[in-house]
Amino acid sequence: MPFLLVEVSMTIPPYGTLSPDDYRALGFRSGLEVHQQLFTQNKLFCRCPAGRYSPVYHAEILRHMRPTLSELGEYDGTALMEFKTKKEIIYRLHRDTVCTYEMDDAPPFLLDDEALDHALEIAHLLNCNIVGELHITRKQYLDGSIPTGFQRTTIVGTDGYILVGGRRIGVRQLGLEEDACREVSDEGHVRTYLTDRLSMPLVEVVTEPELTTPEEVAQANQVIRFLTRSSGKVRTGAGAGRQDVNVSVAGGTRVEIKGVCRIPLIPALVHYEAFRQVTLLRLRDGLLAAGLSPDTFHPRHKEVTRAVYRATYPPLRAALDQGARVRAVVLPGFGDAMNTMTQPGRPFSSEVSDRVRVIACLDRLPNLIYRHMPDPGLDPSIWSRVLPAMAAEEGDGLVLVWGNEQDVRTAAEEIGIRCAEALVGIPSETRQVLGDGTAGVTGFERILPGPDRMYPDTDLPPIPIPDDRVEKARLRVDAPPWELGERYRAMGVPEHLVDRLILSPRRRLFEQAIKSFPGISTARVAHLLTATLTGWRRRSGIPVDRVSDEQMLDLIRLLHKGRLQYESLKEVVRYLAAHEQVSADIALRDLGIQPAGEVEVRDLVAQVLDQEGGGLQMDRRRWKALMGKVMARVRGRYPGRGVAAILEEMTGGLHARASAAGEEGDR
Amino acid sequence: MNSNADPRYKGYRGKTRELLAAQGVQVWSDVEIHSTKGVFSGIILPRSENADQYHVVIKMASGYNVGIRADTITRIVQRGFREAHYQIPEREFPRDESKPNVVLFGTGGTIASRLDYRTGAVIPAFSPGELYGSVPELADICNLRTEKLYSVFSENMGPQQWVGLAGKVGEAIRQGADGVVIGHGTDTMHHTAAILSFMVQNPPIPVVMVGSQRSSDRPSSDAASNLVNATLTAAKSDIAEVMVCMFGPTSDLYDLLHQGTRVRKMHSSYRSTFRTIGDVPLARVDRNGVKPIRTDYNRRRADRQVTIDPAFDDRVSIVYYYPGMKPDIIESLIDNGYKGIVIAGTGLGHVNQPLYPVLKRARDMGVHVFMTVQTLWGYVQMYVYETGRDLMDLGVIPAGNMLPEVAYMKLCWALGHSHQREEVQRIMLTPIAREITLREPHDGYLILQGGLPEVEEFIGRYRR
Repeated sequence: MPFLLVEVSMTIPPYGTLSPDDYRALGFRSGLEVHQQLFTQNKLFCRCPAGRYSPVYHAEILRHMRPTLSELGEYDGTALMEFKTKKEIIYRLHRDTVCTYEMDDAPPFLLDDEALDHALEIAHLLNCNIVGELHITRKQYLDGSIPTGFQRTTIVGTDGYILVGGRRIGVRQLGLEEDACREVSDEGHVRTYLTDRLSMPLVEVVTEPELTTPEEVAQANQVIRFLTRSSGKVRTGAGAGRQDVNVSVAGGTRVEIKGVCRIPLIPALVHYEAFRQVTLLRLRDGLLAAGLSPDTFHPRHKEVTRAVYRATYPPLRAALDQGARVRAVVLPGFGDAMNTMTQPGRPFSSEVSDRVRVIACLDRLPNLIYRHMPDPGLDPSIWSRVLPAMAAEEGDGLVLVWGNEQDVRTAAEEIGIRCAEALVGIPSETRQVLGDGTAGVTGFERILPGPDRMYPDTDLPPIPIPDDRVEKARLRVDAPPWELGERYRAMGVPEHLVDRLILSPRRRLFEQAIKSFPGISTARVAHLLTATLTGWRRRSGIPVDRVSDEQMLDLIRLLHKGRLQYESLKEVVRYLAAHEQVSADIALRDLGIQPAGEVEVRDLVAQVLDQEGGGLQMDRRRWKALMGKVMARVRGRYPGRGVAAILEEMTGGLHARASAAGEEGDR
Repeated sequence: MNSNADPRYKGYRGKTRELLAAQGVQVWSDVEIHSTKGVFSGIILPRSENADQYHVVIKMASGYNVGIRADTITRIVQRGFREAHYQIPEREFPRDESKPNVVLFGTGGTIASRLDYRTGAVIPAFSPGELYGSVPELADICNLRTEKLYSVFSENMGPQQWVGLAGKVGEAIRQGADGVVIGHGTDTMHHTAAILSFMVQNPPIPVVMVGSQRSSDRPSSDAASNLVNATLTAAKSDIAEVMVCMFGPTSDLYDLLHQGTRVRKMHSSYRSTFRTIGDVPLARVDRNGVKPIRTDYNRRRADRQVTIDPAFDDRVSIVYYYPGMKPDIIESLIDNGYKGIVIAGTGLGHVNQPLYPVLKRARDMGVHVFMTVQTLWGYVQMYVYETGRDLMDLGVIPAGNMLPEVAYMKLCWALGHSHQREEVQRIMLTPIAREITLREPHDGYLILQGGLPEVEEFIGRYRR
């Protein structure tokens, strides 16, 4: 007998059906926090090598996080929540990637200079004001993702801007900070982290909340990504760039969607977050209209294990069989508000369930059941036993939750807290992307911490940034990417390679090569330094990044002089990648690659023709066989085109005749 | 400089201070700073005393601090004024007659503290109410009385503080405390633990020293758990010894209780820095209770008998021997009126031959010279090599397996009683609290060598 006590009449429009005006009417506002790892040798506050990742670990360390007195005294949201969850934090360490600093068993070393210089360049690219003195700040995180319990972070620039579709979007600040651990698992009261990424230097670009449509958010993110990458000083690849997206609507609250790893996912995510807020506001209005009030709403809970001991609903049955305790929470006057859809496929009850999962650590789903569920699951006779036991009335919401005694108590409290928040509006929180993100839905992750969790790092002195250091960084930044694009097109770089070249760390090498070797093919060098090298890395597994710019320039010189052919380039690059100190000339010698002269090639062709005999077959197969035999001897030492010309000449035009014959035959 | 005392410009000096004054702003002014580098907004913070005098620090709305070079500032516009006020939330420490009474003495350092997010200042929490606000678990264990005796960094602890502390412990025992906890900075905690072991003999209750390696203003601090474990030990354990209670393994699993005379700080920053040397620890302690490792400790008694013996003579030095040492070091000690020297010798307790004459002179001048080992583990044994016998002939007395710092503290204490050669020797070599043990157990020396497969396996499996 479904009945509706709380009227929330609205459907969530699918993403893609609204116009910019529609979003304006909602008061949609969004801002970005884009994180991009820097390309440095070492980590930010210690001398561990940067960028070495491995799931292998040699030891585990167990720690706990405890809110400091400030939190306990003032009951700050996040801190208290994390304390309620009482997690054991396990850190997995690899001998080569982590030292005592990351494990909070040693104080920090001085800030990495290379990282700071990179950050200064990016600050210029973002048109930021650069601060006179860096102050390292501790930003508290009690989730354990950083063993110290705080992230060391500092502001390098403020008040910059970027251009998004011709519109100027403010950049509030550019931060330089250490990265956190990678979460491996979070089950029950144990959360496990891999520490290899910990303390990697990264920049955080924070925009003003000035983005007004979901598409614009994605576009702004692309611009920031492109700008930072064009510096050539950031890491690329999986996990090297991540963003948090802040969303709010009129009357709503800032909600942060954490760690979105792919930009194309953003528009749908922010669209549905905006509408989650809209539905929560409507739900609030409905509840208030139904006569509820935050001041008089007092949920209550009690253990009802005995009343439900005969339940057959499988998840509850299984828990009961394992000795779980069951608590019922009465939500006076809440009716069926749990059924209000807040996201596609997710009713308000999932907001409550999320809280129970995260805060009470009851992570086996479903972790609760409620009376007005569309699919009740539970035998109605059980509800009719619980109702009087709880002295609940017809219009009350009623929720059952199960687990061990302590967790289920926390859960029952939390259910009451979340439902009370529904009478106020939208809790300020961080949300995580659910599934692969394509559905655009998110789940509760943590309460959003306030700015009060920032405090100076007493372990490190302020770092003055002298003018000449700022100036040197400015000189290293040659132009914004759109200007580079124009320059490269003018130089003759093919259109499809322009953006790749702008983003390539070999960009400056490219410019140097073109300048140093007049007449060299711009397109060929551009292709080599972008698509070719990437292909060798991805498909052939050659660690091409280990070949230094000096070695690479040397190779281009040899190519230009004809001492090296493109055909043997891959082999030489593979060799150089494995021998970091070796010059290109020595690599050629080691590999036995000596350029062949025309005389040598003519001799070879003569020999091959001798062995093969005159032969009368004038087809392509014979041409290919002859070419193959010669090339096997001179590959990489003489241009293939040159060999073909000599062979053609010495066979009296075999290829031309073969082609003609072939065409005849084809007819 | 008196100008620094002006709270309006706290920490600012020279031109920067003049600039603030000329612009009519001060610390806690909410300002917009116009500079040649752009406009920066925030609240002017006090400047750290040891930072340079060329920058103004502001806290921006985002919570971050930045510095702006004073000579780039063209104009400062005041938008408001927001002075920071901080106080520690204090809640009355509950009293329960059925619970043991513990006295907590403070000597300095911060056992618990509240952090002011705006300034970064660490405000110590010490009264029972303040401690209850920060470590509420204490109320489940005991009734707590606190007394702040000193407010010094641990390296500034000295004879005056040690004597005073011993007296206070005696007083607490006589007044009926069920246990004593002493908050102490970690750097010299083992020195204080050693001297207290000699000055407070045969206590009927646990006397537990505690500190933290990660300050209590950070979420990963070991302060709260160390304090809880120390308080639990003081309130409930039956180990009536002077002990140090500190973080056990690298993981946050339990604390170890170390005998006050056998413990040493062994790492400059690790939490698990305290180790029992040449023996096994007294016990492990976690929230579930104390689990003894040794059984031969003094048991808790109901009586209030304790020997407080606060003798001290500070004319003692430690000489850490190095190859090529010249006699002038020891000459200068003799000439400056030192009455005792503890040598940390090489190997089994050796120094080079050029020191022989000066050691003879020391003996002739009535200076008491004792030999310990800089290997820390193991006994002095001066019979094995001829050099050792020579040294003993010169009056150098082997001090068994006393740790150098412990021998130092004990010699100070012994010379507070007597300067008579045989008596000093008797006092030094008669163990009071296991500072010399008769035997070294096979597992008293375990330094696991990283990299060995079996050790790596152990660490991997047990999270130690």
